[in-house]
Amino acid sequence: MEFFADLVLLTDSTFRIATPLVLTALAGLVCERGGVVDIGLEGKMLASAFAAAASAAVTGSPWAGMAAGIGASILLALLHGYVSISQRGNQIVSGMAINIAVAGLAPTLANFWFQKGGQTPLLGDEARFSTITFPFAESLADVPVIGALYSEILSGHNIITYMTIVIVPLVAWMLYKTRFGLRLRAVGENPEAVDTAGISVTLLRYQAMVIAGVLCGLAGTVLSTGLGAGFIRDMSAGKGYLALAAMIFGKWKPVPTLLACLLFGFVDALQGRLQGVALPLIGEIPVQFTIMLPYVLTVIILAGFVGKIQAPRASGIPYEKDH
Amino acid sequence: MSEVLAIETRELSKRFGAVRANDGISLQVGKGTVHGIVGENGAGKSTLLKMLFGFYTPDSGDVLVQGEHVSFVNPADAMARGVGMVHQHFMLVEPFTVLENIILGAETSSKLDEAKEDARKALIELEEKFGFDLPLDEPVENLAVGVRQRAEILKALYKGAEILILDEPTAVLTPQECEQLFELVKLLREQGKTVLFVTHKLHEIMATTDDVTVIRAGKVVARRKTSETSCEELAELMVGAKVVREVARESHGATAARLSLHQVNACNDQGHAALKNVSLDVHDGEVLGIAGVAGNGQTELLEVVTGLRGIASGSISFSGDVVATDSITTDPITLRRMGMAHVAEDRLKTGVVESMSAKENIILGYQREPDFVSRGVLKLKHIAQKAADYFESQDVRPRNPNLEIGSFSGGNQQKVVIAREIARDPQLMVIGQPTRGVDIGAVTKIHDQITELRNAGKAMLVVSADLDELLAISDRIAVMCEGEITGVLPVEDADEKTLGLLMAGGSLDNVTAKEEE
Repeated sequence: MEFFADLVLLTDSTFRIATPLVLTALAGLVCERGGVVDIGLEGKMLASAFAAAASAAVTGSPWAGMAAGIGASILLALLHGYVSISQRGNQIVSGMAINIAVAGLAPTLANFWFQKGGQTPLLGDEARFSTITFPFAESLADVPVIGALYSEILSGHNIITYMTIVIVPLVAWMLYKTRFGLRLRAVGENPEAVDTAGISVTLLRYQAMVIAGVLCGLAGTVLSTGLGAGFIRDMSAGKGYLALAAMIFGKWKPVPTLLACLLFGFVDALQGRLQGVALPLIGEIPVQFTIMLPYVLTVIILAGFVGKIQAPRASGIPYEKDH
Repeated sequence: MSEVLAIETRELSKRFGAVRANDGISLQVGKGTVHGIVGENGAGKSTLLKMLFGFYTPDSGDVLVQGEHVSFVNPADAMARGVGMVHQHFMLVEPFTVLENIILGAETSSKLDEAKEDARKALIELEEKFGFDLPLDEPVENLAVGVRQRAEILKALYKGAEILILDEPTAVLTPQECEQLFELVKLLREQGKTVLFVTHKLHEIMATTDDVTVIRAGKVVARRKTSETSCEELAELMVGAKVVREVARESHGATAARLSLHQVNACNDQGHAALKNVSLDVHDGEVLGIAGVAGNGQTELLEVVTGLRGIASGSISFSGDVVATDSITTDPITLRRMGMAHVAEDRLKTGVVESMSAKENIILGYQREPDFVSRGVLKLKHIAQKAADYFESQDVRPRNPNLEIGSFSGGNQQKVVIAREIARDPQLMVIGQPTRGVDIGAVTKIHDQITELRNAGKAMLVVSADLDELLAISDRIAVMCEGEITGVLPVEDADEKTLGLLMAGGSLDNVTAKEEE
């Protein structure tokens, strides 16, 4: 029974941890399906985490925080779009520039506005997206198995996690079942074909940028106002890159990408549980090693288990008309 | 020919920097006719087409479609006027199905499933009318080139094209696929469509068109009714001088094989079998031509011979030494030192470094040779001298070896590469696509040079997608299909029909059987 309880707790934290990963990975997916590589996911997430926390701290409303988070992320996405779509610049350089700039800028602004050593003030419950408890969750908690599943796994997450559950099929539907999705996938494979079909490559790619901006904005918002209670320096901690890895592992498809994110989330949750636990034979694993787990897994998976994957063919290549 | 003109251009001009790509082009294409446009590479055909399709805007002059003035800003404008284009490089999204490709940009609904069903209904009628039978739900990447082309044509028709522009439509087709295309073009004309057929292959013009316009150096040099002209006249008009396609060839006695492949098997980059039991001999003083539709193992053949790819089984020997088996590979440097020269098939990828000067490019592959380098330091003076010599002997223009190689025309790049490769007096020359992207003037020179080398007793292995070229320069022609040699025959016995059957996977036995029937 203890094992079952552990498993329930693990699953619960997997969902929580995976939420920003899934959103960010989907942002990357939409971008790359449209032919723009977005290594700046990390920076966008961090920027929106800061903007959301700052705005929530000032207004006291998490929704104002979300608006600011999404806004900041869209602005950066458009900047990335301007460099890589309009100016045909190098997409990796642009993305890295965003990451580096935000990593420095966010704590600096936080310090300037709030004088708390690069953090935003701790958010009270009313300024956060706190967990939603489903009806009867508490009274059912003691019912064996079903109670635990209902009250721990289904109930007790913040609103953005529930939104994410809807967003995954929504993105899949958009990609595969709408005219926009067809065109978006086409522009990531062969922009010339899209151009000769009389559709604007530039407009399509900017649209992809905006969608990615919204998704990344949600991811940042959940970091600082849902899972955390305020902005902390470097709080995205490489999740943007992890999301990129999950997207590749998921072969640029929404559902496999979701599964990859859940796997990464699970390993991250597991490492949390393993900290300070003495395992049989091995003994206690030093915390530095358990923290490494998700990243080691990323390397192993991407190096060995993904197999032959085909990225969108035009991804990363600026579109120039006369070639 | 009817009185109404489907397309007319008046004094159409377009400049790129100092180059007048199109200089006052006036074109009249009668409605319901097949109109040919011929010209060499670089004569301005592509520029003209791109203006007709809205990719470029003209500097001056007028375009009239169905008698009305138009000014296309983008391809969508052109399509709205019923002008459709089948590009030389297909505008297809490879992982998409045929149906998805056809509706892209012309979806009838924002819901994809509805748009597809609408299109499916509309396509039934179109397919019947023009005799198409395309696998609508098959991803394009699984289809043969000829089928992809038909998908492109159907796409244009679905989008309401009354005028179809076909840009070098036969460049990638087998002779049989070409025949099918010609049939389709006839059918299109019967159904009242106008076709603009752009090519530099003259017999295609003779076979398919009603009228022909010849373009040279951005200008119209002649208009003819096809029935009143000939290949010879068109060739002359195109180049501006008499062309002699026949290449003087001396006969040669039998000699030992310089290069010999025995039962060679090899895989491509994806790990699939690319060469299957290939056995070939190339003798001194002969040109062995390799024919085949692109992608049937020719590239891998060039790679295994030149040491760029290992083989899974069999053996390759060169000048009597075994250079490759399943356990031996000889690297390209050693092969070069043994007397093998390689003119790479994909010039810009493997033949030259585009952003380096021509001077630097002439030592590529030979940069370790003592006359170019001394203790790791390049002998720049000597290299410059060599480059100047090469430029002189090959008549490379402009005569400035310090320019980036990428800024030379294809023909002049190829001249530089050939000069580099023949400079060390090789015993065997392996040449991939000797005249791809090369203008006709340089083609003749390159062909002459190959023949001269052959007459000087060199062994020559030439892979080319251009059958006319192989027929003109080879002593024997080997045909590849799906990694196998389907037949080797002396050039005297080779004609396009036989080669075509072999290219499609037939064998020499059933070729002769068919002839006996």
